[in-house]
Amino acid sequence: MNEPLIDCHAHFLHALCGRSDWQDVNAARFRAGDKIGVTCHVASILGTHGFRSPVYFPSPDDVTVGNDAMLALLKREGTRVAMMVTVNPNHTAHATREIERCVKAGAVGVKLLASRRADDPLLDPVCALAAKHGLPVLHHIWQHRRREWPNQEISDGADLARLASRHPKVIFILAHIGGGGDYAHTFHAVKGSPNIYPDLSGSGVDRGMLDDAIKALGPKRLLWGSDITMCTGLAKLRALETTGLLSADDLKDIRWRNAARIFRAGTLGGVA
Amino acid sequence: MIDVNALVGPYPFRSIPHPDADVLVRVLDREEVDLAWVGHLPSAFHRDPAAGNAELLAALKPHAARLKPVLAIRPDWPRWEPLLKDARDAGAVAIRAYPPQWQLGPHDSSMAELAIACGEARLPLVLTVRFEDLRQRHPLDVAGDLSAAAIRALARAGKGVRLIVTAAGREMIEEVHWGLTPEEQQRVLWDISWIWGPPEDHLAKLFRTIGSRRFVYGTQWPLRLTQNPRANLDLLPDDLGSAAMGDPDEF
Repeated sequence: MNEPLIDCHAHFLHALCGRSDWQDVNAARFRAGDKIGVTCHVASILGTHGFRSPVYFPSPDDVTVGNDAMLALLKREGTRVAMMVTVNPNHTAHATREIERCVKAGAVGVKLLASRRADDPLLDPVCALAAKHGLPVLHHIWQHRRREWPNQEISDGADLARLASRHPKVIFILAHIGGGGDYAHTFHAVKGSPNIYPDLSGSGVDRGMLDDAIKALGPKRLLWGSDITMCTGLAKLRALETTGLLSADDLKDIRWRNAARIFRAGTLGGVA
Repeated sequence: MIDVNALVGPYPFRSIPHPDADVLVRVLDREEVDLAWVGHLPSAFHRDPAAGNAELLAALKPHAARLKPVLAIRPDWPRWEPLLKDARDAGAVAIRAYPPQWQLGPHDSSMAELAIACGEARLPLVLTVRFEDLRQRHPLDVAGDLSAAAIRALARAGKGVRLIVTAAGREMIEEVHWGLTPEEQQRVLWDISWIWGPPEDHLAKLFRTIGSRRFVYGTQWPLRLTQNPRANLDLLPDDLGSAAMGDPDEF
């Protein structure tokens, strides 16, 4: 059997996303995942992906619709998918209800978008619930926040580090070091936060990015992922083997063992 | 396989690992790429690219069989025309120009003259849409991306024009391609270094709509991982797995 591979940052679409090709996109993720060798897609659905409310500020109704679609996908696809429950912390009561509801139905983590700055106290009830259930929190991150950007309330590694220090029992997945912004800032910002695990996803494939991440954080703090560009995910997977910085054992950590450590035992398909 | 979008030399806004010609040759071996068309990265940011061209020729000389020079010419400076013949005599396979970095607008007449002259000399003109994602740029890197309007204007400049546009994404490619006549479309090749693969499948969609022969292999090494375009091709849907891409040598 091939070595497991966990995609810690995946998304799916659904019928209410306003795209007639939503099924093709989902099928393409599975097609590419099979070629790459993905054992389990740890995935979320982001409301209606901007169709009825903004991607990064989904309304409570859209959050529920998206989570329902993700639960249905989970039921249909079995162990090759694991679910992160999406919430908008501006609607605290709804967010906590959604987490309880979806965890009962099989969700294994929480997905936070860019609806509220990461160090805002409004995130505390969400994180307290994550601690109670042992749920990693995947937080959308803009690498080095130098100004506001439209359509999202961006957070960077320093913002997330402040949240992580308030919730030391929660594991935070820092989203997509290749997903836009200055990743070099991120490595400095989270180096002293042992409960933050950056994922390698994002469309950015800068040479030196992986080397710097390994040197700054070590292979036990990094997670492989693809987000919305699986080609760059495969490229990074191949590039990891050529850095000269990783042993075969280190590669296993990034491919799947770190993920297996931070998620509750038995919740990721295909992983012991 | 030819990588039309390789560079050597340092980048002014961040450190990049060993951007040297001998390393590039080892990378080509590892990635099973036959040849690379190589530009001089610092020249994009120099006022006068002459010194960079000389450095490039010297750096590539020991690897002449694998690394083909692509010299830079700045057409808004006087007496650039003889440089084209010099470039050809020096073995250049194409010419590079950087309109945003040189602050040449989309309808700059000197760029049109350079494109036409390159066509007459049977040398493709290589354009770069971007070196880095807009969201991560250094505060001093204010050049912006090359615009679709600029590419369209050059493609329309003359029948002999041949453009190889690097580092473009799906939206720009579609905007330019469908904004040109069928004859003008044949004057443009696109490298695949910045095109997304699955699950959005931009590369597959472009192969189906525009045609795979309008695309060429490019990595943008040493700025980006060389593994990326190969991974993108490997993840194409099965029916496109053997799609023939364009041949820059025949262009």
